[in-house]
Amino acid sequence: MEITLITGRTVAQGEAMEKGKTGEDFKRACAVIELDPEDMSKLGAYDGDEVRVRTSEGEVVVVAKKSRDAPHPGVAFIPMGPWANVIVGGDTESTGMPPFKGIKAEITLAKGERVLSAEELIAQVYKLKE
Amino acid sequence: MHRYTDVICSFCGTLCDDIEVVVEDNRIVDVKHACRIGTAKFFASNDYEHRILKPMVRKNGKLVEASLDEAVERAAEILKSATKPLLYGWSSTSCEAHSVGIELAEELGGVIDNTTTVCHGPSALAIHDAGYISCTLGEVKNRADLIIYWGANPMHGHPRHLSRYSIFPRGYFRERGQQDRELIVIDVRKTDTAKIANKFIRVNYGEDYELISALRKVVNGGELHQESVAGVPREEIIALAEKMKNAQFGVLFFGMGLTQSYGRHRNIDNAICLVRDLNTHTKFVIMAMRGHYNVVGFNEVLSWQAGFPFAVDMGRGFAWYNPGETTANDVLQRGECDAALIIASDPVSHFPRKSIEHLAKIPIIAIDIHPTPTTQLADVVIPSAIVGIEVDGTAYRMDAVPLRLRKVKEPPEGVLSDVEILRRILAKVRGEQLAAKAEVAR
Repeated sequence: MEITLITGRTVAQGEAMEKGKTGEDFKRACAVIELDPEDMSKLGAYDGDEVRVRTSEGEVVVVAKKSRDAPHPGVAFIPMGPWANVIVGGDTESTGMPPFKGIKAEITLAKGERVLSAEELIAQVYKLKE
Repeated sequence: MHRYTDVICSFCGTLCDDIEVVVEDNRIVDVKHACRIGTAKFFASNDYEHRILKPMVRKNGKLVEASLDEAVERAAEILKSATKPLLYGWSSTSCEAHSVGIELAEELGGVIDNTTTVCHGPSALAIHDAGYISCTLGEVKNRADLIIYWGANPMHGHPRHLSRYSIFPRGYFRERGQQDRELIVIDVRKTDTAKIANKFIRVNYGEDYELISALRKVVNGGELHQESVAGVPREEIIALAEKMKNAQFGVLFFGMGLTQSYGRHRNIDNAICLVRDLNTHTKFVIMAMRGHYNVVGFNEVLSWQAGFPFAVDMGRGFAWYNPGETTANDVLQRGECDAALIIASDPVSHFPRKSIEHLAKIPIIAIDIHPTPTTQLADVVIPSAIVGIEVDGTAYRMDAVPLRLRKVKEPPEGVLSDVEILRRILAKVRGEQLAAKAEVAR
């Protein structure tokens, strides 16, 4: 399913970040995608199901969550963090600002697939120097 | 046990200055008045498991513990041997640290940029074009009767902004607090801030510019021919414009919903012009919802020392400012910088993939409190003390009011402030350069 992706801060993301990004709280707060309930039924996803989000930059597996801010059909939200940013594009259109909001993305079911921790995701995507 | 009152929280640009903190045996045991995020930050300073306590240097591919002198020496070597180092972060440390950092960038001929580049950089560009009709948060508290949040969700990003300054507090001319004010939220989602608003206006994603233009047309006496603009019906636009014109003191707070969406700085430019137009009818101001607690401080200090608010390239021997060219993400994506000093920030989490693909290839010096994805990729890691909890420092609130942050407890043993760490790196860089120059002279 095609969606427009926006990313940004949530209070849970801010709180978890201050407690340390290596913790489970950070993953729980950020490795999620908030979807419109109608979009979820179209996709066949339930609250807590893993989904794969793919953009021109790459893909990431996160947990689907029913949005409390609905209705916003066609628009989905991932809190700012490594999971969101491995699929955010780079073009700043000469403003210095990458497109953190309004990214065209394709979302598919990925039930049962493992959501990586921040550390694992970074190691996998950027191929650690080790 | 010691109870500190009127402590300033060093998390977001709201810089709440009414926090109470109880410290026992150098541990924070109680925090009052702070929000969820602020409370987490105070308590997290106790948790040494989640902190970096010793400097680390990468050897044979692995980060291993090192002495502070060794880490500083390695950092200075990396920076000196780089042609164009990037010095990035800064928004979660003190103005005193900014000042030394800018000196270091000048010494090295590097590029210095802060998180403005990924939050209100477009706002800075718009302000260069259109000016900035603003005020202090105290004026909002005492005077404002119409509050608009556009593309901003303070219930999440600045949890006490509404209770301290905008909607809930009683002010000099707003004696009944919330009853004397009206809250309007314009966003693509019905956010938690929108849920408590008197009116929520849902705008289509990426069409904020069109809605601002429609409002300007109505405010300036024009007629709207379209049935709806940006998904908002004509009647609603006319009603909003009338409400804005008839406010006694209106405030337009805007956030990433405008700066990061399609149109970027053009959205802000148009919003400033809307506020300018409104001032022919009433008093109206605009304010950027600045995120990190001292992101404004960096803009101020860099403006004094280099003449520009962010994204300055010192490579030519003088300050060169050209956002889009000298901004951190552009420098990284062009693969121009060959080393990076990252302080009080985590770009590996918060920059897009293309930028980090280059950052992962170059040597990184990371100065931070906690392990982060950035320290994970770093070659030198230096732990630092938390400004506003473990060391003093100056910070600027989102309305550019400077406040002095105090310490309430001691930092972990051997852990220095950002200012001291930077001074040592700068001295090392300078000392060796001076020696090299002396040799040439002989």
